[in-house]
Amino acid sequence: MSPTGLVIAVPRGALFEETLGWLERLGVPIGEARTNDRRLLFEDVGLITMRPSDVPTYVAAGAADIGITGKDVLMEQGDAAPNGSGRDVYELRDLGFGRCTMVVASVAGPDRAAEALRRLGVIRIATKYPRVAAAHFERTGRQVEIIEVKGSVELAPLTGLVEAIVDLTATGTTLRENNLVVRETLAVCTARLIANPVAHKLKAAAIDELLERSRAA
Amino acid sequence: MILPIPSGTRDVLPDEMGELRTLTERLRAVFSAAGYGEVYTPALEYEAVITRGALGGARPAYRVFDENGEVLVLRSDMTVPIARLVASRYQASDPPLRFAYFAHCYRGVRPQRGQPREFLQAGIELIGAAAPAGTAEAVTVLCRALDSAGLQRYRVGIGDASLYPALMDALSVPGELRPRLLRDLGNGDFVGLESALVELPIEPRSRELLLSVPQLRGGPDVLHGPSGPVANAVAGLRAIHELLDADVAERVIFDLGLSRAPGYYTGAVFEVYDPAVGMPIGGGGRYDHLLGQFGRALPAVGFALEVEKLHQALAAEERLPEVAL
Repeated sequence: MSPTGLVIAVPRGALFEETLGWLERLGVPIGEARTNDRRLLFEDVGLITMRPSDVPTYVAAGAADIGITGKDVLMEQGDAAPNGSGRDVYELRDLGFGRCTMVVASVAGPDRAAEALRRLGVIRIATKYPRVAAAHFERTGRQVEIIEVKGSVELAPLTGLVEAIVDLTATGTTLRENNLVVRETLAVCTARLIANPVAHKLKAAAIDELLERSRAA
Repeated sequence: MILPIPSGTRDVLPDEMGELRTLTERLRAVFSAAGYGEVYTPALEYEAVITRGALGGARPAYRVFDENGEVLVLRSDMTVPIARLVASRYQASDPPLRFAYFAHCYRGVRPQRGQPREFLQAGIELIGAAAPAGTAEAVTVLCRALDSAGLQRYRVGIGDASLYPALMDALSVPGELRPRLLRDLGNGDFVGLESALVELPIEPRSRELLLSVPQLRGGPDVLHGPSGPVANAVAGLRAIHELLDADVAERVIFDLGLSRAPGYYTGAVFEVYDPAVGMPIGGGGRYDHLLGQFGRALPAVGFALEVEKLHQALAAEERLPEVAL
């Protein structure tokens, strides 16, 4: 049984170190999570590690009680269900770290996206966040063709695959190195603490104690 | 040859069907013993009739035209059809009326989430019994049904749909901002709620109440804390608690932030949780204005259990080690 009474989904990757640091500051033991990068399940301390984009899936299904993931992941996955039953995870706290910006970027110089829209009536957009991107352009009344890519999005406008990209940037270095400039900012994304709705009720005391400690920390 | 069926639907084979049948028979016996007569209504209804009950209820996802060009919908729940049935068939009957049902309902799904398009609901509607006695009866029947099904570790969360609107009234939250607060609360988005509250032109103390009250949940002691603006709704929950038998009361969690999606709920709302399943396995609440939309104004309360999820919870409990909740 975990010392907090909770199973916590921890994102590997960019948020990993800061998430472990946050847990340690709250007095949650992290066991071997930092040192053993092969193991995924640390049952002795109630931690499970996974890709950030899998965190809402495990939390929604109740395989983890709470989890930490980026707002970008929640924006892409966490919309309300069509059956009116609301979202399937609760968003409890903005943890503040892992700050990134979701932007529209295109090759430096005259904006090819604007030109495509004027002459062809549609902008081709490459992104790892197809739903966030589609919603943004729909909201702003522009027609787009969304092309979902899995790897380095920066490549797409350089090769002529698309006119612009929607992506997450922390420092802007990768964009600059690829001769891309930010044209629009969609949202600021930070790490969020999420909870399974049923665990939020049944393990209320354990979750509230963690929230209380994080307020104090 | 493998021939596909739509995602979110499934075939049920004899082993599972036998278990489901045992389960529904146990529920049926409890409903029947409590005086609830079983009814059936058509899966297809006129859209124009069903949407009279569209007080933000679960919108029907499937529509077809009949041979006369009328729009028919597949029911998305049983509460609205039973409201129609009561208004049409029981115009002169003295309340309270008690009905039980076992019926498949149909909803839209998000792809790749394992959500069902078609699911079996088992539930009751108690028409013409006001709060708190009617609510306490429904919660009691719910717990008796779950006990009879053999579920060990379930809890029933009870909140009140009128609580947060009352709080917003009392704290003078501007009307145009209320839908956003309610939406964030309904989504469990406390980060969104907090950032919406920061923009409100109200006292810091009021802001804190609007954020902290819906996060209060636990035993009956949470009903003794809040006073002032939420006192009325909380008094309603206390009144329910006082009417419950001890074995039912110990299953109950009071949750001042509980909100359920169909907009027809007016008072107490409840949800069934089991630690073995990551989502509620049923729920219900008071809908005191819905019957009026169909021409027979009566207060009412009801609940529905999702039979397949209940079955999953029972199977999962068999695998769980003994742990204290």
